[in-house]
Amino acid sequence: MMTIRTTCLCILLIAMATSIALAQGSGISSGYPTPRNGFSASEQVGHGIYLRYCVLCHGVYGDGNGDTAQFIDPKPRDFTIATFKCRSTPTGTLPLDTDLINTLVRGVETTNMPSWRPLSDENRHDLIAYIKTFSERWKTEKSGEPIKIPAEPPVDIASIRRGHDLFQKVECWKCHGQQGHGDGPSASTLTDSKDQPIRPYNFAAAGNDARFKCGVTNEDLYRIFMTGLDGTPMPSFADVIQPNDAWDLVHYLRTLQVNRRGEENRVLKAAGGPAALKSAGDKQSANHPPAAPGEIKSPGGAN
Amino acid sequence: MKAHYKFAVMACTLLMLGFGLLYSTHSVSGAATGGITGTIKLDGTPPHQKPIDMSKEPACAKEHASNPVTTETVIVGPKGGLKWVVVYISEGLDAGTASQVPPVKPTWDQKGCQYIPHVMALDVNQHFQVANSDPHSHNIHPLPKPNGPNHEWNRSQPPGTPPFDQVWAGEEVAIPVKCNVHPWMHGYMAVVKGPTAVTDENGSYTINNLPPGNYTVTAWQEAYGSQSQKVTVAAGKPTTADFAFKAK
Repeated sequence: MMTIRTTCLCILLIAMATSIALAQGSGISSGYPTPRNGFSASEQVGHGIYLRYCVLCHGVYGDGNGDTAQFIDPKPRDFTIATFKCRSTPTGTLPLDTDLINTLVRGVETTNMPSWRPLSDENRHDLIAYIKTFSERWKTEKSGEPIKIPAEPPVDIASIRRGHDLFQKVECWKCHGQQGHGDGPSASTLTDSKDQPIRPYNFAAAGNDARFKCGVTNEDLYRIFMTGLDGTPMPSFADVIQPNDAWDLVHYLRTLQVNRRGEENRVLKAAGGPAALKSAGDKQSANHPPAAPGEIKSPGGAN
Repeated sequence: MKAHYKFAVMACTLLMLGFGLLYSTHSVSGAATGGITGTIKLDGTPPHQKPIDMSKEPACAKEHASNPVTTETVIVGPKGGLKWVVVYISEGLDAGTASQVPPVKPTWDQKGCQYIPHVMALDVNQHFQVANSDPHSHNIHPLPKPNGPNHEWNRSQPPGTPPFDQVWAGEEVAIPVKCNVHPWMHGYMAVVKGPTAVTDENGSYTINNLPPGNYTVTAWQEAYGSQSQKVTVAAGKPTTADFAFKAK
């Protein structure tokens, strides 16, 4: 009797062990799928996360044609073309992994892309690893060299004035409007790189917690206009604005966020409000202090 | 000392021989090349080119006030010649000719809210300049096809900024270029290896510096696409290759 019992138990145990092994091999039961389809372990995990959270908008093929894409404006990103809005790298280049991870963490303001903060850091890395399998470009090309950002100078009225002059000179108002309401003369005809209509950012719309598509901090804002948002009409200004002057533009742009209780709006109010900018002229630009030793002057690699 | 002299004499002789050879091969290859010339016509009635309203950019509207600008999709000369057609060698180039990059650096200008030229032919890795002659900003936004050798970029160019230098990494006929600020601005950059030409207002073109041989020559027009024909190029006298596109 004992022998038969033992034999049965043994067979049962072997059967169980085999089925567990098979299930793990197929990547179903364990929760830690083994790599298939030429994917790395990380890409395989990312694939699972993608199918659960991203596929409805970005689509099975990563081309931005998911089932809900038709109801979404702006359209979901097409990963097959490897063109990304939020980069620390120059226009025309691939972003860093950290740029993509930052986009996942914060989501994209004024679009349907939510924040994926609830995912673990590891899972975000896995997701980025998978998203990069959609375009061959990631295999043949390295990410761009991040633009160099000098230390932010203090906010003062002279800097805001210079930023105001720069806003006029490089004609940000053509799209964003003189008050930054996103209603400039070219605003109504703007289209993205897939010929979909797109609206310029309205600086005045948000409240105290004003955010941009690609971040919230002054440094994020600096990066936005110096690298441009590839795939959209927003160009890079790295060729035409000197690294230190770019901070002046950041300080001025912050004052267009009229509902934001920031240092820039406090300084402008103390100087007499927007009327204080009217007197701004070339004289102010000429008085721009030279860069402190050690600060970086180059806007970074071109293209 | 004597050994030093011998060495110097030998080195000089070798150098002279080297330069002589270099010069002789250069001149021989120059004399032995041929070319292709021809006219490209449009059969049928050309489509109406719409006038462009530039009132959103007063400086440009003023510049064209006496001579209004139209779209440039199909420009036909008085004798039916088709302007802005890119002609290039699509097959038959030897590796040496294909890898030669012209030493000239053409300019892609933004003037009067138009691209000058409207269509530009470039070699792979040939440097070109992007300039802004207007008293206001433009953004230059080329849109190469996805997953090709070239990638989209988008740069602002306010008035008075110096031209900047660019290259394209691979062949592509043709890369559309647009300005988001002025949505009527459209142009094309055709990137191909080897000698190329763009037709003038008479529809005429000439491709020079082709070694004798059999080639496929292709003509590309932005509205009508591509046409090809086979030609044989002999040294000296250029071969004729005419094309005709049918009006849609």
